[in-house]
Amino acid sequence: MIRLENVDKVYRTERVETLALHNINLDVAQGEFVSIMGPSGCGKSTLLNLIGLLDRPTGGALSLDGGKINGAGDKALAKLRNEKLGFVFQSFHLVPDLTVVDNVEIPLLYRKIAAKDRRKMALAALDRVGLASRVHHFPTQLSGGQQQRVAIARAIVGKPRILLADEPTGNLDSQMGEEIMEILHGLNRDEKTTVVMVTHDERFAKQTDRIVRLFDGRQVA
Amino acid sequence: MRSYFKLALKVLGRRKFFTFISLFGISMTLVVLMVATAVLDNFFAPRAPESRFDRVLTISRVTQRGPHDSESMEAGYALLDGWMRPLHDVERTAIFSTVSSTAIYRGDSRIDTDVKHTDGDYWNILDFHFIEGRPYSSKEDAAGAHVAVITDDLSRKLFDTASPLGKSFTLEGDSYTVVGVVPRVSLTRMAAYSDVWIPIGALKSSDYRHNYLGGFVGLVLAHSSSDFPRLKAEYKARLRTFPLDRKTYTEIATGLDTPFEALARDLTQNRTDSGAWILIGVLAAVALLFMTLPVLNLVTLNLSRIMERAPEIGVRKAFGASRPALIGQFVIENIVLTLFGGVAGFILTVVALRIANQFSVVPGAVFEVNARVFAYGMLIAVFFGAFSGVYPAWRMSRLDPVLALRGGAA
Repeated sequence: MIRLENVDKVYRTERVETLALHNINLDVAQGEFVSIMGPSGCGKSTLLNLIGLLDRPTGGALSLDGGKINGAGDKALAKLRNEKLGFVFQSFHLVPDLTVVDNVEIPLLYRKIAAKDRRKMALAALDRVGLASRVHHFPTQLSGGQQQRVAIARAIVGKPRILLADEPTGNLDSQMGEEIMEILHGLNRDEKTTVVMVTHDERFAKQTDRIVRLFDGRQVA
Repeated sequence: MRSYFKLALKVLGRRKFFTFISLFGISMTLVVLMVATAVLDNFFAPRAPESRFDRVLTISRVTQRGPHDSESMEAGYALLDGWMRPLHDVERTAIFSTVSSTAIYRGDSRIDTDVKHTDGDYWNILDFHFIEGRPYSSKEDAAGAHVAVITDDLSRKLFDTASPLGKSFTLEGDSYTVVGVVPRVSLTRMAAYSDVWIPIGALKSSDYRHNYLGGFVGLVLAHSSSDFPRLKAEYKARLRTFPLDRKTYTEIATGLDTPFEALARDLTQNRTDSGAWILIGVLAAVALLFMTLPVLNLVTLNLSRIMERAPEIGVRKAFGASRPALIGQFVIENIVLTLFGGVAGFILTVVALRIANQFSVVPGAVFEVNARVFAYGMLIAVFFGAFSGVYPAWRMSRLDPVLALRGGAA
């Protein structure tokens, strides 16, 4: 499903060259739930950004669903992100000017789907995360846990095969964190969605199929 | 599209100060441009008594050029009579003189007056509304009858409130009998404007009949504006027989022009054609220059919003928004903003023109904001929106999604 071969990521400025990731080799199978762990600054989010096609590797090869990504143009990457990937961020990143349901519709705006069908799909996704009663609220009217559930609804509304979660429980208390993890496990179990999650929390990492550990940009497990 | 529109309204509603500053700049700019449009509309759009001017061509400026000398002036009666009047398959032709200023005395008081000499068909091409009486006919013109049509304004000055029909007044030593009264005409309507109209035939001297240049304007009423190219070509062809003074001049430059082309010919003195495109280019350049400062202001404001909206841009990119989609979104937002500015500008323009009309800034002219001016205004607003929105939108669309999600700029 996801394959990284000898992937490097180097950040260059005029004076400094920073090796963020070095020689990463990773295979994630369809339907797998993988967590990425490591200390702050070890390259976890960079790795997730590469898998999410938000950033490009400096070296090595990346393939998604059997297709090589290296060299793909911006438009092709945007299409792949829209169709194959869903993102959940630590700080939710909901658009404050939009209602819950409008936020969830965002990924569908970039597909040729009629407004009526978009609304239907967004409502179904919100129902899936247990927020059917909050569709016309604005993000600021919701608790952190509810906002993260909206973010998950937005991530899954387009039925992506891969869900990428960057510390999805990082801004939540433990009970809300549990609820979010339960939703992610449910999606992985019921929809066979492949989940790659960056986390600091050993407890949640242990609930996943596999843990990839990074240290100073290198894969250590 | 609906979603972008909804978001645009919400963004504008939430950032009230930004919206106010932007709308103020946009609406003030559009007021000036819409007032200018209304003034141009008043000059050139067909309206009574020039309602038929969408199918009228004129001959006004004639230029003779030679290697050392050139002479440029209004057309002469002989040129119009000999080269315009015989044009084939037209509805009518008419000749009138340029306006001359003179004075009429009533007792000891002097009334400054503009006078125009016309033939009889002038009244058949222009559709004056006669408050009283009638126009003079071609027969009266041919007979040199001393009759006159005057404006209601002049009528009041000469005869107070009594009906002027059948009454006489003295103009440059000759007595004229009033046969018709029309409402005061705007100074902006070149063909129609005057205070007094009298037959060409009433001129003291008939020398004008032999002059190729000077003092007259010709009107050609075509069956339809689609006849214009044919008539222009025929007139040009006929001019080959014009008796140019070959000792001094090598070419004659004149044309059958629309009123706008006639003005362009006057202003640009273009050699090859009327120069209408030059005038349009100059007007567009002036409008663009005028818009530049407020556009730059709006561009700067929009760019400052990039930081503020970076996470949203990052999210949209993460969920599949391509650069063109993001550019489209932000340009639409900006156009929505400028359309609001356009509506505010439109309302302010109506107020400004009402004040201008009340104070009779241009005598006889009633400036109005009609559907055409509104449409032009909105077109300018959309152009303004696109003009000021594209660059910031392009910058926004190029944000690195990872940096954008962290809230940083490119």
